[in-house]
Amino acid sequence: MNYNWNWNIFFQPNPMGTGTYLDMLLSGLALTIKTALLAWIIALVFGSIIGVLRTLPSRAASWIGFAYVEFFRNMPLLVQLFLWFFVLPELLPRAAGLWLKQLPNAPFWTAAIGVGLFMSARVAVQLAAGVSSLPRGQKQAATALGLTTVQSYRYVLLPMAYRIILPPLTSEFLNTIKNTAVAITIGLLELTGQARAMQEFSFQVFEAFTAATVMYLLINIVVVTAMRFLERWVAISGYISGK
Amino acid sequence: MFSTLDFDVIRRSWGYLFYEGMTFTLTLTALSALGGLIFGTLIALMRLSGYRLLGRIAGLYVDFMRSLPLVLVIFWFYFLVPYIGQWLTGASRPIRVGAFSSSLITFIMFEAAYFSEIMRAGIQSISRGQPAAASALGLTYAQSMRYVVLPQAFRNMLPVLLTQTIVLFQDTSLVYVLSITDFLGAASKVAQRDGRLVEMYLFAALVYFVISCVASYGVRRLQARISIVR
Repeated sequence: MNYNWNWNIFFQPNPMGTGTYLDMLLSGLALTIKTALLAWIIALVFGSIIGVLRTLPSRAASWIGFAYVEFFRNMPLLVQLFLWFFVLPELLPRAAGLWLKQLPNAPFWTAAIGVGLFMSARVAVQLAAGVSSLPRGQKQAATALGLTTVQSYRYVLLPMAYRIILPPLTSEFLNTIKNTAVAITIGLLELTGQARAMQEFSFQVFEAFTAATVMYLLINIVVVTAMRFLERWVAISGYISGK
Repeated sequence: MFSTLDFDVIRRSWGYLFYEGMTFTLTLTALSALGGLIFGTLIALMRLSGYRLLGRIAGLYVDFMRSLPLVLVIFWFYFLVPYIGQWLTGASRPIRVGAFSSSLITFIMFEAAYFSEIMRAGIQSISRGQPAAASALGLTYAQSMRYVVLPQAFRNMLPVLLTQTIVLFQDTSLVYVLSITDFLGAASKVAQRDGRLVEMYLFAALVYFVISCVASYGVRRLQARISIVR
């Protein structure tokens, strides 16, 4: 292979004047984590609401849940980001559209909200599956104790459902982190974006992508380990996941 | 607000969008799903083979691929494939690889990791008695896989495999990062040429939405039919 390897490239100054190439990648890493965390919070909040709606006895509620999930699941994430980024400001009233376009950090907010809503549909499906996997007796017992629907979800169904779906939620969180890379298309300089920029400035393709790959692997290991601790911490004895 | 929009741009670029863009997207989806299924099955067989080393290698490959964003993998292969080609053919310079072959190789290698997990679950769902009965009948390992285990595993997993193919169909839009003319790429090129971002992106979203909805409805129907048989 006639490729000039140069691993010292990471310690050479980048053309942006923000330090070395390694600093560039690290700032990308920080942005990936920031975007993913915000997106994950959005995904959890909206996913939980929609997931609960899907399990309610009301037909209207479960239809809303169904429509929401279908809407966000049947379009590529890339297209959804384009809709939020390019299309939404044009369809809003003039003043609001202008405000959106002039927002500082627009790619960051678009990416966090876009990825968050995209993932919320998946969280909703998982949560609905978790709630409906509970024995029917739990809901009935809660009702028999005089708990309202809200109370039975808050104190009986949801605490169990979240514990059950913790492992799939872990992989959804990992997906959220990976999906932030799609935001490179709307100009967000997250980890993949910075690796690409480094490749364009320095022509050291494989070093740049190797570094990004290693960083993604590290994030993965950290998340998986943390979630395993969390699983053990919230486990209830007497269940399969318990101690 | 819709008064300034010009949806005629869709009619004017219809041929470009569908004959060029959508053909690329659908061909890439179909060939990647096929290739991913073949390699994925091989990886699943490696993992379940009982040879420690083979299993470890396959497991590492799957975990590795699954922890990387697709966009990064697309970049990796885009730059790596010419060098691999050079190494394979012994040429003196990195060989030229077209946009289609480059993305096809990327998606086959990437999806193989995901398809292998599905096929592994499918193979493990077959009761132990089946391969035991096959070997009692004198079938070799290859024969028992070919005639007994894999057909059933494939059949049981068909809805999941098809759902993964719908995801793959949506994911092919990411070749946008290489400025390839897939369906979204075509829509985006027209959008930028004519300054019609809103119309084209809304239309692209609608097309993806309709195709995915119809396809996943079909998968649900199929699932209902298959589950009655068992």
